[in-house]
Amino acid sequence: MLFGFEWDTTNGWTLAVSILPILMRGLWVTLQATVLGFAIAMVLGLVLAALKAAPSRLVSWPARGVSEFLRDTPLLIQLFFLYYVLPEFGIILPAFLTGAVALGLQYSAYLSEVYRAGIEAVPRGQHEAARALNLAPRRTFSRIVVPQAIPRIVPAMGNYLVSIMKDVPVLSVVTVLEMLNVAKIIGDRTFNYLVPLSMVGGLYLILTLVAAQGVRRLDRALPKTGIPLK
Amino acid sequence: MDEMTWLDYLPVLGQGAWVTVQLTVWSTLFGALLAFAAGLGKLARNAAVRGLSVAYIEIFRGTSLLVQLFWLYFALPLVGQAIGINLRLPPVTAGILALSLNIGAYGAEVVRGAVQAVTRQQYEAARALNFTPRQTLFRIALPQAIPEMMPPFDNLAIQNLKDTALVSLISLADLAMRAEQLRNYTQDSTTIYTLVLLMYFGMALVLTAFMRGLSSMVGRWRPAQR
Repeated sequence: MLFGFEWDTTNGWTLAVSILPILMRGLWVTLQATVLGFAIAMVLGLVLAALKAAPSRLVSWPARGVSEFLRDTPLLIQLFFLYYVLPEFGIILPAFLTGAVALGLQYSAYLSEVYRAGIEAVPRGQHEAARALNLAPRRTFSRIVVPQAIPRIVPAMGNYLVSIMKDVPVLSVVTVLEMLNVAKIIGDRTFNYLVPLSMVGGLYLILTLVAAQGVRRLDRALPKTGIPLK
Repeated sequence: MDEMTWLDYLPVLGQGAWVTVQLTVWSTLFGALLAFAAGLGKLARNAAVRGLSVAYIEIFRGTSLLVQLFWLYFALPLVGQAIGINLRLPPVTAGILALSLNIGAYGAEVVRGAVQAVTRQQYEAARALNFTPRQTLFRIALPQAIPEMMPPFDNLAIQNLKDTALVSLISLADLAMRAEQLRNYTQDSTTIYTLVLLMYFGMALVLTAFMRGLSSMVGRWRPAQR
């Protein structure tokens, strides 16, 4: 029994049906961790991108170093670091939050590159035209560059959202009860790993295929000429 | 017993790092083979080959690596039991298999994209010169496509290095596992995990340097660009 649901081990099919509600509980946690991790990554990624683009090398070089470091080290180790080291400095977070922060940190480095690429992909002619029209740099950025960068940034971000979802199972090592961890517990208790683990695989496959389709649609729906922020 | 300092951690972590290096090398090599097989398979004329390649790519890109690893390690033996074959894999086999299959699926899309990016005129010219399909692939398409694959392959190799940390969860004594053991023993989390992060970072830098070298090697035939 888990979360108040009994399982029926008569055969594989009855087990599958009886544990589906339990896996759904896990799936809900997976989705929450995905969204929270992504939100953190979006904000931190923007900060990193801004720092990396700073005019002073005193700022941009360390930022680039941090970004490389976050990108080149395993999520699992970053997670353990946060989980075991933060409490030594008096910061005690619930496992779920620690996990979301770890996801956010790792992916902030990826998203900072997405922001940068999106902004750099706006043609130079646009900057020159804005200058010719005597727009202030701030206005050029917010009214000319950003609206045109968004259609390039959003699909790439969608792909990273899917990647984050696939990395959530790593959070099981710090006791977060996401879908894979739930399936593993069911396996430990029923001695049948095949059914729960295959179901998790199948559910992941459905989720990522649906998400990929959504990203493709979004990509097609976004006007390539840009989205005004008003 | 004397207090352990960070210098005492290094031999233990070094052992783990060596396992991580071996896992990375083997799974990247097998992954590359799978990437070429599935990437070219997806472009094959034979519908069965194409279907198999697409199924492989979608399944392994569409599910989480950790799910794949657990499935191969915990669930596969049960499949074997049902059909009467012993499919109980040792952790190292399950680990390398899962890592290769996973990274190979990502690599397959890179291979497919790069081969498709070779211009149509190249294929037409090969046809006009009476090249066989095999010659066209090996003499015309791949030499042009492989250098284009190198930057994404570099990223995938790094991703693979990072992913090897997950095999510690099926009891393989890699760097991540050694770190966990040391932490249990000394409770000195800050030093241990800082060291381990730096070691992974160092390995990633070496791997990137190696991939850069490989990249200039496979692109050697091309006239200098830019």
